[in-house]
Amino acid sequence: MPVQPPDTSPPALGDFGQFGGRYVAETLMPAVEQLAREWPIAWADEAFQAEYSRILSEYVGRPSPLTPAPRLAAAIGGGQIWLKREDLNHTGAHKINNCVGQVLLARRLGKTRIIAETGAGQHGVATATVCAYFGLPCVVYMGAEDVARQALNVFRMRLLGAEVRPVEAGSATLKDAINEALRDWVANVADTHYVIGSVMGPDPYPSMVRDLQRVIGDEARAQCLDRMGSLPDAVVACVGGGSNAIGIFAAFLDDPGVQLIGVEAAGEGLEGRHAATMSRGEVGVYHGMRSLVLQNDDGQLQEAHSISAGLDYPGIGPEHAHLRERGRARYLAIDDEQALAALSLLSRTEGIIPALETAHALAALEPLVAELGPQAKLLVNLSGRGDKDMHTVMGRLDAESLALVERARAHSSQAQAGQGGQ
Amino acid sequence: MSGSHPGRIAARFADCRAQGRAALVGYLTGFDPDHERSLANLLAACEAGVDVLELGVPFSDPTADGPEIQAAMVRALAAGASLEGVLGLASRVRERFAELPIVLFSYANPLLRACDRDPAGARGFCARLRELGVDGLLVVDLPPEQASILRAPAIAAGLDWIGLCAPTSPPARLNKIVNDASGFVYAVSLTGVTGSALDADSEALRAQLEDLRGRTQLPIAVGFGVREPAQVQALAPQVDAVVVGSALVQAGRDGPSSLASRVADLRAATTG
Repeated sequence: MPVQPPDTSPPALGDFGQFGGRYVAETLMPAVEQLAREWPIAWADEAFQAEYSRILSEYVGRPSPLTPAPRLAAAIGGGQIWLKREDLNHTGAHKINNCVGQVLLARRLGKTRIIAETGAGQHGVATATVCAYFGLPCVVYMGAEDVARQALNVFRMRLLGAEVRPVEAGSATLKDAINEALRDWVANVADTHYVIGSVMGPDPYPSMVRDLQRVIGDEARAQCLDRMGSLPDAVVACVGGGSNAIGIFAAFLDDPGVQLIGVEAAGEGLEGRHAATMSRGEVGVYHGMRSLVLQNDDGQLQEAHSISAGLDYPGIGPEHAHLRERGRARYLAIDDEQALAALSLLSRTEGIIPALETAHALAALEPLVAELGPQAKLLVNLSGRGDKDMHTVMGRLDAESLALVERARAHSSQAQAGQGGQ
Repeated sequence: MSGSHPGRIAARFADCRAQGRAALVGYLTGFDPDHERSLANLLAACEAGVDVLELGVPFSDPTADGPEIQAAMVRALAAGASLEGVLGLASRVRERFAELPIVLFSYANPLLRACDRDPAGARGFCARLRELGVDGLLVVDLPPEQASILRAPAIAAGLDWIGLCAPTSPPARLNKIVNDASGFVYAVSLTGVTGSALDADSEALRAQLEDLRGRTQLPIAVGFGVREPAQVQALAPQVDAVVVGSALVQAGRDGPSSLASRVADLRAATTG
């Protein structure tokens, strides 16, 4: 990575060393400043906190349980493995924690319209859900490629009353959906709040989304002390933009004995198409922030690739870049095949089908157990459930079951034809 | 530093003022649709009466631009556009038009990347821009809070730093923006992306421009959504320059002669 010349270091905005900042068009700056001013006030307000907690409890289903995974541990050579079950939240992932808080903030600021971007559709579904809960109009931008790949989630969002706008521009994936959401926000900033789905974007989004996802780590830390009798040796989470990882890391930052390990997507391998921003990214300014990004020598963004649409993003939240730079967290890369194998393994050993994103964190456990020893206590953020990925997984992992379905269909249509002949 | 003409922007605004008209700032995306045809369009537009050339650096993720300019950037990148290539176009325009002010429009990342790669950092890069004949920088995603990384070296190299004022900017921000600016101040005419529909006769816009006039001695250019001569005519008496972007990009798709006639029509409307 090239060393930054001293005269290009930005003023401190956001608290992430050289990373973070507010790199947006002037038209958006007043709205971003309003969020930066109002968010800490709202977050410190007991009434706001009470409403956020109430909705998380009676609607989202928090606290989410901590589940031991002994059969998984036995299969990968040991370790005491505990899963923080964000997959059991309403809508099936951690995303809704953030949506509840941001929509509450939008209402507090008098905004009457919500927009969001989505990749795989999980953040879009969570935003559409919270908008339905509050009766707010919701527009979700989604790359046309992703609309085609995630038809089920598109239908879920529409059923929830949201408008899904396919984005044809660029690579027609998550980054282009963010571009289009930013354009919508520029044009409608007076009445619209943009619910960014990860710890990325201009300040204060990375801090605000961290604050709203921190509930994962706070619960998990108390559950570890209660169930394991100690803190874990390491906390492991997958990283795309990085919100589930920051959410669980946040509660352990001041526990120096706890290693923090993020797992990014190596896609088809680091020499091929991938989404490994930490391994292969360089410092850049993109989507309102200064962070690590996948880019070419000329400063053009590169298209990311991962089998999991949620990790398919060429940037990463600035706090992650900072945590790595100061050595507080480290980051591993897991490829598509390893993630698929881990998804399959957890399904068979523990009866839990994880999201493909989450499967990246699970795939890192075997090498971590080998490194830290069979007694190591590992806390994994099980960030989402895998239902949304079944079509992708079936195509890649289980051609046999596809063939079984085809044979059954052929048989049934033959039987019907036979009946018709009687 | 051969060819260095300090103050080309100020000189052109003074000329236009003496002629009793507003300046026409014309935006085109470099390398759209490729190097050769972009060069032909740029030269034709300048020949036909563009007073200040705003030359766009293509970017993969142009979040402040509407569909017309996004598409131009996609075409340009597909044709192999690079920052270096666009600077090459700037120097070709400079060879033909010694006194024409050239403002480089860009998103931050390609420029910061170039600064990182220059052995002399941002200062070295900005000095090279000046030598190539660039007169000013307009960076859409570097608001005043973040601008120092590029603004200070740009000013030191003799480049003007064009400040962008939005209809949403509160007074304190406007004061900061105009104080940091040099060359001219760019008043964004609407709350939206480039190429959106603009009501050039709106009272709110008139009030916005009048307010801005009270805050700065610098020339004021107004842009975003200006497409028609009638809009130029309506705005010209209130400002020092009118910026036309998406409409020129669109005309340029039909080649240099179509573009030149569009420029001539718009230029004729600058007398207000």
